[in-house]
Amino acid sequence: MLQLDHVTLVQGAFRLAADWSARAGSRIAVMGPSGAGKSTLLSGIAGFLVPSSGRIRWQGEDLTDVPPGERPVTILFQDQNLFPHLTVSQNLGLGLRADLRLTSHDRVRIDEALARVGLEGLGPRRPAQLSGGQASRAALARALLRARPILLLDEPFAALGPALRAEMLKLVREVADETAALVLMVTHDPQDALALGGDLAFVADGKVQPPFDTRALLANPPPDVQSYLG
Amino acid sequence: MASRARPLNLTVLALAALLLALVLAPLLAVGWRGAGMSLGPADWAAVRFSVTQAVLSALFSTLLAVPVARALARRRFPGRAALTTLMGAPFLLPAVVAVLGLLAIFGRSGLLNQGLIGLGLPPISIYGLHGVVIAHVFLNLPLATRMILQGWLSIPTERLRLAQSLGFGPAETFRHLEAPLLREVLPGVALVILVICLTSFAVVITLGGGPSATTIELAIYQAVRFEFDLGRAAGLAGLQLMVGGIAALGAWKLTRPAGFGAGMDRNLALAAPRGWRRWADGAVLTTCTLFLALPLAAVLWRGLPGLTDLPASVLPAAGRSVLVALSSALITTAAALTLALAAARRPHPVVEASATLPLATSGLVLGTGLFLLIQPFAPPMTLALPVTVLVNVALSLPYLYRILLPETRRLHADYGRLSDSLSLHGWPRLRWLVLPRLARPLGFGTGIAAALSMGDLGVIALFAGERQATLPLVISQLTGAYRMEAAASAALILVILSFALFWAFDAGGRRAAA
Repeated sequence: MLQLDHVTLVQGAFRLAADWSARAGSRIAVMGPSGAGKSTLLSGIAGFLVPSSGRIRWQGEDLTDVPPGERPVTILFQDQNLFPHLTVSQNLGLGLRADLRLTSHDRVRIDEALARVGLEGLGPRRPAQLSGGQASRAALARALLRARPILLLDEPFAALGPALRAEMLKLVREVADETAALVLMVTHDPQDALALGGDLAFVADGKVQPPFDTRALLANPPPDVQSYLG
Repeated sequence: MASRARPLNLTVLALAALLLALVLAPLLAVGWRGAGMSLGPADWAAVRFSVTQAVLSALFSTLLAVPVARALARRRFPGRAALTTLMGAPFLLPAVVAVLGLLAIFGRSGLLNQGLIGLGLPPISIYGLHGVVIAHVFLNLPLATRMILQGWLSIPTERLRLAQSLGFGPAETFRHLEAPLLREVLPGVALVILVICLTSFAVVITLGGGPSATTIELAIYQAVRFEFDLGRAAGLAGLQLMVGGIAALGAWKLTRPAGFGAGMDRNLALAAPRGWRRWADGAVLTTCTLFLALPLAAVLWRGLPGLTDLPASVLPAAGRSVLVALSSALITTAAALTLALAAARRPHPVVEASATLPLATSGLVLGTGLFLLIQPFAPPMTLALPVTVLVNVALSLPYLYRILLPETRRLHADYGRLSDSLSLHGWPRLRWLVLPRLARPLGFGTGIAAALSMGDLGVIALFAGERQATLPLVISQLTGAYRMEAAASAALILVILSFALFWAFDAGGRRAAA
């Protein structure tokens, strides 16, 4: 269970409040107007931003003072998910060992993960030699290797076309199923939210509302969600 | 994006404190010893001369650079790239070599005077105020040109297109595009050069001197070496600190770095007016190229024959210089990188101060302070080389820090969160992120530091005896003794070593980054 216990995140003059919890393994789309604080919420859970008040807990354990890399979290950013000077394999390897002292067993696992996301044989390439979709797949392969129980997606597929995005969402669902991960995904597109399945957390006016069943919410939206959807 | 509030790393704080101590301890020693000293008329003359020559040098360098930069900005011709590269070279050219080259052209038996005598005209002398100013213009005109050229190239393409579509002629272009630009750029350029010239020592020790042409830096040197009057040296050092320090910190706040590595090309050039302006631009560029290239060619011409018959002091001095340059370059780079990485994560006043304060000092000021500190315990001569390394580290640190800080900031912005989320810390972060991503600026910066340290003539002149002399000091001594051929040969070796060091680090960095 991920618990946001009276959490307040402050960035300059901006304040964001959240007070709800979500079961392990659930799927949550995070939607709301731009500038509403969707990325701020993910930064707080990932540990880049320390809450000015409140606690963040995972399975009862307090995460508030745990550094980002030691949290049970994998995060995919909008871009810069891969180091351009390292090969794809090395980028995946960083998910296993930060010092890249990889055993032969590690290498086998990396190749398996690459094959799993459809990048078989592309390990020796540099990120610049990958297409946008392939780079997203590589980042997801690292998430697969890390197998952390919380997967945060900060619009990593925003630059991809609709067909490719649908493909990535399918892959996200598969990765999440295999790692039994709780997924929080920022998106602007109601179709993406529906495709992810599960719940929707609406962010507006400095507050993250508790997640509510996406299908039901979109079928019968309250006024603020309605005005966002237009 | 805000980052986690982390306490500043202890190593970083210790390093910053050490660097601050390296600068503050000599300053305190100077203040302690020099306090209450009354200044004589000779000292005030030194202050006046320091300021006069620096102001004149800054004015001439800046104003003469305007037509050169303009010609480079609006003309395209074969060799333009080579010329802009040549403009970057004097920054790394040791001042002693520049002086030697200028003597070969403007000196007593130089090219110019031989010509004048041949025409039955009286010879001119390069010694004194105008000689010092000519040398400073030689050394700083290229820097000014590059800084102004960069301003020119920063005029937005849209505005140039607008000017073209409105049918601007040269007069309108000047009034609406160039004049506003120059008003913005020139004060900063002049201030930077003023600061450089206020602490100039290598030029003044050869071309200046005597009661009418002594700078504060030279007066400090004379007080220590010839009069053994440490109290007076300390008082003068305090004076230099007040005059130069204020100007230096002001210039630092007001100006942007010149960006020596940046490309100076853009596809859409300014409208290039035809007619007589074409010939004028050509004349400006030719004159400037001759002014910069002839002295260097003269050093080459004079120095080549003597390379096989060098004075015995040259090779050991060259070895010491390389050692000093390598040590100070590596220490400076390591220190600057540590500070810049910490500052990119979170700005901290102590880090900022330790990387900026050295600017307020000069080689001779720090040297005097260290001399005062060391003298009660050991003969300063025995520590000449370590002290030179330390002072070079302190003086080049601000430049390296300034080269690296934008790079570490960008690295932090691009990959800081990804690295944190992967627990990439400590040595693996350095090995897999920082060194590969920053190889290029690190190589460039280390090269700059090595070349500057290689050619520096400052504190070593205060401390060294015969057996500690570095190559620039040997050249300066040979020049002072009018052994011009030997000096030119030694200067050639110095130039080759300086540029080889710069090239090795710079190319190494670029290769590692590729």
